[in-house]
Order: sequence, then structure tokens, then C-alpha cells
Amino acid sequence: MTNVSGAPGTAEKAGTPEPAGERRGSETLHFARRNPKLLIGLGIVLAFLLLGIIGPFFVDHDPNQYVGPRSQPPNGEYWLGTTTFGQDIWAQFVYGVRSTFLIGTFGGGVAFLIGTTVGFVAGYKGGIVDEILNMLTNVVLVLPALVVLIVAIAYLDVRGLFIQGVFIGLTTWPWAARAVRSQALSLATRDYVDLARLSGRRTWKIITTEIAPNMSSYLVMSFILLFGGAVLTAAGLDFIGLGPSNGVSLGLMLESAVAWSALQLGMWWWFIPPGLGITIIVGSLYILNVGLDEVFNPKLREL
Amino acid sequence: MTLRVNDLKVYYQTLRGDVHALDGVSFDLADGEIMGLAGESGCGKTTLGKSLIRLDSRMRHVGGTVELDGKDVPIGDDEAMVPLRYHEISLIPQYAMSALNPTRKIGRMVNELLRARGIRFADVSEEFNRRLELVGLDTDVLNRFPIELSGGMKQRVVMVISTLLNPSLLIADEVTSALDVSTQRSVAESLVEFRDREYVKSMVFVTHDISLVYQMADTIMVMYAGRIAEKAPASTIINSPRHPYTQMLIGALPEVGSTTVQGRLEGIPGTPPGLLNPPTGCRFKDRCPLAFSKCSEQPPLVEIEPGHWAACWKTG
Amino acid sequence: MLELSHVHKVYRVGAFGGGRLRAVRDVSLTVKPGEVVSLIGESGSGKSTIGKMVLGLFRPSSGSITFEGTDITTIRGHAARKEYYRRVQGVFQDPFSCFNPIFKADRVFEMVRTSYFPRTPAKEWHGKVLDALATVRLDPGNVLNKYPHQLSGGQLQRLLIARALLLDIKLLVADEIISMLDASTRIDVLNLLSDLKERGLGILFVTHDLSLGNYVSDKSVILRKGAIAEMGPTARVFDNPLHPYSRHLLSCVPQLHRTWAEVDAELAANPPEDVVLPTAPDEESAPLIEAEEGHFVGIDQG
Repeated sequence: MTNVSGAPGTAEKAGTPEPAGERRGSETLHFARRNPKLLIGLGIVLAFLLLGIIGPFFVDHDPNQYVGPRSQPPNGEYWLGTTTFGQDIWAQFVYGVRSTFLIGTFGGGVAFLIGTTVGFVAGYKGGIVDEILNMLTNVVLVLPALVVLIVAIAYLDVRGLFIQGVFIGLTTWPWAARAVRSQALSLATRDYVDLARLSGRRTWKIITTEIAPNMSSYLVMSFILLFGGAVLTAAGLDFIGLGPSNGVSLGLMLESAVAWSALQLGMWWWFIPPGLGITIIVGSLYILNVGLDEVFNPKLREL
Repeated sequence: MTLRVNDLKVYYQTLRGDVHALDGVSFDLADGEIMGLAGESGCGKTTLGKSLIRLDSRMRHVGGTVELDGKDVPIGDDEAMVPLRYHEISLIPQYAMSALNPTRKIGRMVNELLRARGIRFADVSEEFNRRLELVGLDTDVLNRFPIELSGGMKQRVVMVISTLLNPSLLIADEVTSALDVSTQRSVAESLVEFRDREYVKSMVFVTHDISLVYQMADTIMVMYAGRIAEKAPASTIINSPRHPYTQMLIGALPEVGSTTVQGRLEGIPGTPPGLLNPPTGCRFKDRCPLAFSKCSEQPPLVEIEPGHWAACWKTG
Repeated sequence: MLELSHVHKVYRVGAFGGGRLRAVRDVSLTVKPGEVVSLIGESGSGKSTIGKMVLGLFRPSSGSITFEGTDITTIRGHAARKEYYRRVQGVFQDPFSCFNPIFKADRVFEMVRTSYFPRTPAKEWHGKVLDALATVRLDPGNVLNKYPHQLSGGQLQRLLIARALLLDIKLLVADEIISMLDASTRIDVLNLLSDLKERGLGILFVTHDLSLGNYVSDKSVILRKGAIAEMGPTARVFDNPLHPYSRHLLSCVPQLHRTWAEVDAELAANPPEDVVLPTAPDEESAPLIEAEEGHFVGIDQG
């Protein structure tokens, strides 16, 4: 804390020139368009998303089909080369990006929904509600998630992305709940929350309009981590044969590359694309998150 | 003369330009003097306190000199300040109480702190214990955790630590602001006692509470918008201030016993100017009822009677 | 109008909720329309807890808080609570933390509008806001459409008072509202409270600062460790403090024209007479004795 007027955080901004037209509703957009982190992060994520959506339409064979010569490095016909079995890695990659986004969004989304709801209610309500929810969270947290998933999924006849996502969501939410709870707990004691109560606001409205926006970057961050976690968990399940039948994902590609000794054989084109893909997707989501933080937090805008 | 500050300028760097937090401050501090440094938030009092011991990364020494016991204090040179800190100039920070590591016992913390300054605790422990007793603490506090001490006790522990090497200058930054009235009084009185016993040669007591500083300080310096408005013996500042800002500030303080029924007190209209692009001339002129044409020039700080300095064209 | 009767607040503390912390002990007091009552106490005296209980943010452990005939501890349901806040509002200590930092400061007005006046046309509402701003002496051009960090503490605090005035309130709980403000603006906020009092508003003024407490208030309540030490008309409490604790507090307050030494000397020259203090029959109650008309002293807690 410095007590200097004129330093950011004090009283006079009267002289700051700001175009009057951009001050109201479009203000967020105004800052969003000028934030390089947001633009770069968003650009990369959207590019991958687009690749995952339209890429598969340009691949005319099944990604797991043995279509070409074995162990080919990247060339004109097979852009990213082929596997030990002659599968087209480019085809696997674009399908993998698609299923990675699907499982990440779905599994991460389910976990996020449960986690934040439990976290907000526990943190805001406190008392006995908090204790019960906290206990539930801790119980699920200490369950060996992968073992539960294996057992549960092994008993199911039909396996698809949907079921896999639901199960991943149901087992990975606890840490998000704990993180959200601790934040909500501290935000719930802020004076402006009391003021909202004095303004006759309902609980859910206070949570959604007073508390949640103040941790929006935190929430996005949680979602990004849950997204990444879901991708990796799905890869693990795929690897032990409990994934969707005929599944392709970046995680699965990595696992099979490792399983078939791509590393030792120097087949870099097999493991680098999926590894880099996951890294870039999660990494650019992170950059996106930092950018969002700067856009939504007026205090950071000043700097 | 312990401390002599001459035309000191310290600016804060921000992305929008320099904030002129301290803009040409000159004053002397005599041996044994406790100077109260008062003013509203943003007037530069905390910046002045910090400048004398350590500039933080955003602060820049722009001009002026500081002399302590006749020697130059290189306040802009962080390295060169190291041997002076704690030994010659010491600070009790504003949030000293929360600065204590909650997982360490007080004794261990004191030990580490002293070792970092190249002092063996065993050499000073006797003096340390004597001073703890002086401020009314049992030496047993060394075996306790910070959480077991009250705010006033922690503040006193920090006080004893900071003054252990008998520094020439002690800077106390809002040290009593977070304390209850009765604790505030005893901490303030301990500080005076330390001066009387010459544990510290002189002291700058930064506070926003003029009535508190009147209780303990010999002189009071009132700052406004990065400059000195007035400096005088404490009773002069309270009973016959000359600068219009000081007069209005004191007029705005309710006292025990004053009520709205007896007559309303008036605040000072307006807000202090921003220091990013400070106005020229007297910085108080926009809020000053006495302002006239001459105020567009900066009034110098002049000694209007012995020991009484003011920067106002109307008093000069 | 507002009446607290034998209000207690006990917190459960410790790992298993085994410990008990008595924050408010057997407090009874009243606030009449057009009256400012100061709750004065050091940290841990329970003064803010009382304020929060009156605002319905905490529930008392026992005792009743009656506002215009209704016991507010029995208020259940959102609609009833909302009605209560139409008449009772609060302003808190830290103006900076009362504003959600990601929204503009004048959103606090909009919240009142959407909750209480959804049918008022925008134009009429804007007029009401301007009126309220005029009452708290703020220039709309300086404060509307700004973010909280662009405004000063004094401006924010006055915005909050203006917000409370948009509702037809009868009682304002002012919890340490000036302790974060600068000396030159403090007094303006205090004068503002005194204006509101003239309009017939009851004000519960919570403060740790004795000199501020007595500047505006008609009645002063000095609290210690959750119980009332002394209560009475402000002039009597300050001119003739009866409880040893009040006397001690008054002797420690830094005064502007008298030093501590002078105060001590005066006390030594004219030692005040001892007053018989009530004794508490148990750990829970805290009876009061009426030492002179309307002037009560409470138990001695050492």
C-alpha cells in the first residue's frame, strides 16, 4: 500500500482521456480487442477447435485404418508420417483433436458444474451445510478415481464419449470444489456481499453476480485444468482398453507411441504431434485465461 | 543536528508518468527530537518515512540530499544503504504485527533477524531482556508464538528489536493506528521513554492522528501534497497554527466534549490535487479560503519565528 | 423504534466447536427516531457484532431485537427480510470493500432499483439518485459512471449513504463509517449524519473513537467485552464518567488541547468518587444500575 495520490488506486482519474462512446456496454469488448494475450490465446484455441471440427471431413479413411507404408516420416502424402502399422498420423491427429475437445469440454464441464456448485454453496452458506458438503468432497477426493472409473466403466455394455465424460466428471470435481469453496469463503465475508444482502438480493443472485464474477479468471482457470485433467484421464482409460470403441484421441496416440517404442526408434513424428497438440491447447487456454483476467479486472487494466 | 534533509525529491514511477510524491522537502531534526509527521493520506508522509531508509522498486530518488550525524545518506543507492539500515536508521513498519512469521517462536525470529545483521543474540540478550521489561513485557515472550501475543505486545516486541542497536534515527510509521486507545497510549509512551533513555537519538513518528502526535512529539511537521506546509513545536501547531491548511485541519477535528450542539466543525472542501501532474504554485490554493493572485507562485518554506516554519504567502 | 433486549451472541470456537466465545453479553438498549446512539468500544467489545445483528446479518444467540414492534430474529423468508431492509440500512467501515471492484460504483444504486423499485422509470429514478447525491453533497459528474478505485474513500462512503437514502429508511446502522477517512472529510460525514438525524432518522453509530462518538450522538453506550459498561446521555457519560473503564478510556484518548500528563494530573487532583457497580450473578447476565436519571453503569469485568 502506498499513500500516494496519483498512483494507481487513488482518487483522480478525471484527466484520463477516454473516448466517451466506448465507456458503456462495449467497454469490455474495447479492452478485449486490445489485449494481445487474449487474442493470441483465443486465436490458437479456435484454430485447434476449427481443425478438430472440419479436419476430419478432409480425411477420407478411418484414422485407425492401415492405409500406408509403415513407419514413414512426414511426406507429401502423409503429412505427419505413419505409425509402425502404417496408420496415417495426420488423420489420427485431426480426429484426436476433435475427441480431445469433446472429452475435455464434456468431462471438464461436468466436473466444473458439480465442483463449482458444491464449492459456492459450501463457501457461501457455511456452517452445517459447509461441513456436510466438505465431508462429501473429501470422501470423493480420497477415492482412487482411476480404479473407480475402471470398475464402473468395465461394467457398462455401451461405451462412448458421453459415458466416459460423465464418469470423469463425477470423479474429478472435488478439488475444484475445494478451490472454489476457499475462494467463495473469503469473498462471502466481503462488505459488498453484505451490502447486496441489504439490497434485498437472493442468495443465488449474490453468488452469480457478486461472488462468481470476482473469481471469473479463477473459474476459467479451474475449467482449463479440469479440461486438461479430463483429457489425460480419458487417455489413461483409452490406453487400458476402456475407451470408446475405435476411439482416437491425442492421449491415446501418445500412449501407443510410447507403447510401441516410438521414442527409442526415433519416430518423433509419432509422439511430437499429439504431445505438442495437448501442450499447445492447454497452454494457449492458460494465456487466454491471463488475458481474460486483465480484461475483466478493471484494476489490472490501468497497468 | 541529527538529520538534515535538503530539497528531497522522490517520485513514484507509474506507467502514466511520475507521481511527485515528495517534491522538495527540507527540514532538520535535532538530537533528541521526536518529530510528528502528520497529514492526510497521499500527502507524502509515508513516502518520506520510507525514503529515509529504503526506496521500494517503484520509487526513484530524483534530487536533494539527506545527512545523518553530518554524514551523507545515499538514499538512492540500495547497496550503500545496507550498512546504515538497522544500525543507524531503523524502522518500525506500519504492519509490524503481521510481519511476524506465525510459525516461528518470537525468540527464534529475533535470533535470525539479528544474525542476518551480523549480530550474535548472546551478545545483546541481556540488553534485549532489559528493554523488554522496560516496555512491560516478560522475557517469556521469546518462547511464544506471535499468535499468542496481543497487537500491542507484538508492536512492543518489534519496537525493542528495531531499537536494539541504539540507532540515530527511528522511523515509526503509523505504529499505533491499529491499536486500541489504551494500548496506543502505552506504546506511545514507551517510544518517548526510549528517546529519554537515549536508545534512539531522534525519531520521526508518522501518523494521521494529530491529537496523538501532540501527546508525544516535540515538533510537528504537517505535509500537504508532497510538500511541507508547516513545521513547529507541537503546542504551536495545535494552539497557534499559521498555515491555512493546518488551521483548517485542526479545526476539523472533533474533540472529546465537542458536539454538534455547540457548533458544527467544518471539513476542508475539495480533495488534494493529483501528484501525477501537480499544479504549479501553492498546492493548497484551490482549497484555500485565503488564496490570492500571488499563490500561483510556489511559496517558500520560511522561518516565521524561531523554530516555526511555514510555506504560505500570507504568513511570510 | 429499535429495541434490543437481553441480546447475547455466543460463538463456538475451536476445532470441534467446543469452546465458547461470548461476543455480546446481555445487551439491552433502545434507539428512538431522530436519535443518534453511539456504540463505543475497543476491539473485541462486540460493538460491530451488535450492528450486524441489528442488520440481520448475524442472528443473536438469545434475546430479542425489536424494530417497530416486530422481533427481527423471527423474520423468515426473503420477502419479509427485503421489507425489513426497506426501512433499515447499513453503511460499513471500509468503503473500498463495499464496492464490488469489477463493477462501476453507481451499481449500488441500480441494485436498490432492481430490488425495490423495478417499475420506476429510468428518468424518474435518475432524478431520485441526483436528489440523494445532493443530500450527501456529491457532484454527480464526479462520481457517476466511475469505478470504485477511481473515487476517494470519502466519496465512496457518501455514495453508500446516498444509497441508503434511496430507500425510505427509518434506521441507519453506521459501522465505523469514518475510521478509514481522512480528517478533513471525516467531519463532513459526521455532519451529514447529524443532518439525517434532523430528518427523523434513528442512527446506531458504531465507533472505537470516543471523540467522534460524542460529536454526533445523543446517547452513548460504552461496551467492554460484550457487555455494557456505561450508558446514558452523551453529555453525562463524557462529563461524568462513572464506570472505572470509561474513566480509563477517557484518560487514554489523545486530546487536542490537553496532554495525557495534564489529564492525569487533573484526575489525581480531583479523584472521582467511586460508584457502586452491579455484580453479575453468573457468567451470562450483565445487569445495569441506574446511577442517575437515564445514566446506567454496568458490571465490572476487571
